[in-house]
Amino acid sequence: MKKNLWSFAGKRRNWSIPYILFLGFFVLVPLILIVYYAFTNNSGGFTTENFRKFWMQPEAMHTFIYSVGVALITTIICLLVGYPAAFILSRMDSHKSRIIVLLFILPMWVNFLIRTLATVALFDFLGLPLGEGSLYFGMVYNFLPFMIYPIYNILQKTDRNLIEAAQDLGANPRQVFFKTILPLSYPGISSGIMMVFMPVISTFAIAELLTINNIKLFGTTLQENIYNGMWNYGAALSVIMLLLIGLTSLLNSQGSAKAAEEGGLI
Amino acid sequence: MQEPEYIIRIEDISKSFGDKPVLSNINLTVRKGEFVTILGPSGCGKSTLLRLIAGFLKVNEGQISIAGKVMTDTPPHLRPVNTVFQKYALFPHLNVFNNIAFGLNLKKMPSAEIKKKVNKVLKMVGMTDYEERDVDSLSGGQQQRVAIARAIVNEPEVLLLDEPLAALDLKMRKDMQMEIKAMHKKLGITFVYVTHDQEEALTLSDTIVVMSEGKIQQIGEPKEIYDEPANAFVADFIGESNIMNGMMIKDSLVEFAGHQFECVDKGFGQNVPVDVVIRPEDIYIFDPSEAAQFTGTVTSSIFKGVHNEMMVLTPEGYEFMIQDYHAFEAGKKVGLRIKPFDIHVMRKERSTNIFDAEIVDKSHIRFLGNSFECENASQFAPGEKVKVAVDFKDVVLQDNEEDGMLSGEVTFILYKGNHYHLTVSTDEGENIFVDTNDVWDDGDRVGITIQPNDIWVSKP
Repeated sequence: MKKNLWSFAGKRRNWSIPYILFLGFFVLVPLILIVYYAFTNNSGGFTTENFRKFWMQPEAMHTFIYSVGVALITTIICLLVGYPAAFILSRMDSHKSRIIVLLFILPMWVNFLIRTLATVALFDFLGLPLGEGSLYFGMVYNFLPFMIYPIYNILQKTDRNLIEAAQDLGANPRQVFFKTILPLSYPGISSGIMMVFMPVISTFAIAELLTINNIKLFGTTLQENIYNGMWNYGAALSVIMLLLIGLTSLLNSQGSAKAAEEGGLI
Repeated sequence: MQEPEYIIRIEDISKSFGDKPVLSNINLTVRKGEFVTILGPSGCGKSTLLRLIAGFLKVNEGQISIAGKVMTDTPPHLRPVNTVFQKYALFPHLNVFNNIAFGLNLKKMPSAEIKKKVNKVLKMVGMTDYEERDVDSLSGGQQQRVAIARAIVNEPEVLLLDEPLAALDLKMRKDMQMEIKAMHKKLGITFVYVTHDQEEALTLSDTIVVMSEGKIQQIGEPKEIYDEPANAFVADFIGESNIMNGMMIKDSLVEFAGHQFECVDKGFGQNVPVDVVIRPEDIYIFDPSEAAQFTGTVTSSIFKGVHNEMMVLTPEGYEFMIQDYHAFEAGKKVGLRIKPFDIHVMRKERSTNIFDAEIVDKSHIRFLGNSFECENASQFAPGEKVKVAVDFKDVVLQDNEEDGMLSGEVTFILYKGNHYHLTVSTDEGENIFVDTNDVWDDGDRVGITIQPNDIWVSKP
């Protein structure tokens, strides 16, 4: 018996059993439950009413489209601010850049609710109104590092020989950037977009706190429904959001697969 | 305007990284259409020289002209040269066609013309039908061909090749050498080729530039470099050689290995120490007879395919390498003879270590960044700037770096028949030359010690 136990523990494959159990209970089962609730009514009978309700209710639809818009704009701002930052960092000598990378990762170690509450206090102190502006500020502030880091990572690993090869073949500094550096960093960009776009779509705390509940995002709608006991409708909204996130990562899959391979993801 | 005679003219350039000098006072001219090889061991500055010509690095001093124009400060994309990189540097995000078309696309050439030109070079490097392939899916040899095609499609005035075959296996390397030579003939453009492989240099080049320690040692045709090496370094680096310390007694008479030999060299003066180089195939070996100038005993004999390579030890304690079609077994006594014109006599570059130094006190002197005890310093005043001389044989090397007053690394080894002549680079970047009977390897870390009575001090 004792010997059997040893050989059981000795197989490396068996070490994954605790995690597989965890995965089953806390990821797989809840997912199945969400899908089950989304397609049933209060009494447990099969229905597509929940999805039809979303389709018919202009308010929910509007919130959904608005949220996608916020996520898109946040992602674009993060990319426009993050790429140059990552580029400059990657050109610095590694000693300096490592300190700066640490500096912008450091706030990530603080809980984002605390960070967001601090942002509210900051806006109050400066006398700035809370609204759409503060919403975008909060979003970009929270998610910018997730854009910079994968891009920085890939730019830093770019083979200097390739840049020299482009120069050698007659490319001026602008052409070197647009014909080699930028296309070579696509995996990092794609990974950064995923890291920003997907969480922004589902977040609700930032919108709640930074706009004093004036602006509603899809995440808020979802949370309200679940909170008010409308489990079936809430589950349907969750499925819609999951589909959108799934679609994003599918569109990104080729790039992100390469990025993951090269360590583009955090 | 008249066609410039020299396509590349390099005048007095120096380059250092930080305070470490890499190239000093390089002068070099390359004729239009010439195949020039820059040859030297790793770290001799040959790649740096190529990168200066390509424009990736800036010179500290001097001037570079290409195709009749001064281009010292011209950025790489405006120079009429293209480079084949050692690690190919193909763009992984582009396929074979777009890699090759990269330069032409930048010139905004019509796409029909680009297609024509790309197909032509693909045919030239034997890669037709590979246009659509991903560069990552190609073998090393194929990537190298694409890299060459990508450079020559731009029809540069000069093609720079940075050890392009170093990553290929022997058989592939030999094939590619022949192809590169054929390509040079066909294209008629100037090739500047960097390698550490002397055989490659001898096979390919019109002119070889031998470099060592950031300096040009010799420039010449392959045959000239092989037959008349300018110094012991070149002789040792190109082909196999017997290199000995010798003494030029008078014109046409040289003494080495304990015997006097007739030679053809003149004008060295009388009783001048020299280096003597004899190629292993230039020593006649036969059964002992009247014809022998000197004798020896075979210590080893190896069949090398075409010839036999034998080591022969003379009674005076000198060892010669001899290559001959006839084999003499180990243990056999033999007679040896060298013809006068096969003895290459060259001036010694140095006969002793000379350093700048400063007197510390009556019994101490400071040089090479260290204070040494010294018995010969008493007649100089403290603080006085002087020269010190240390004989090659008086520098003691130790296995443990900590045991020495200085530490350093063995960077070059020359066997001189009965002892080794080493170049040791100290951690401060100075070279010390050492004669020793001990066997050391290239790259060995050593401690360096000099005895107080072996340091000779003189006024500068």
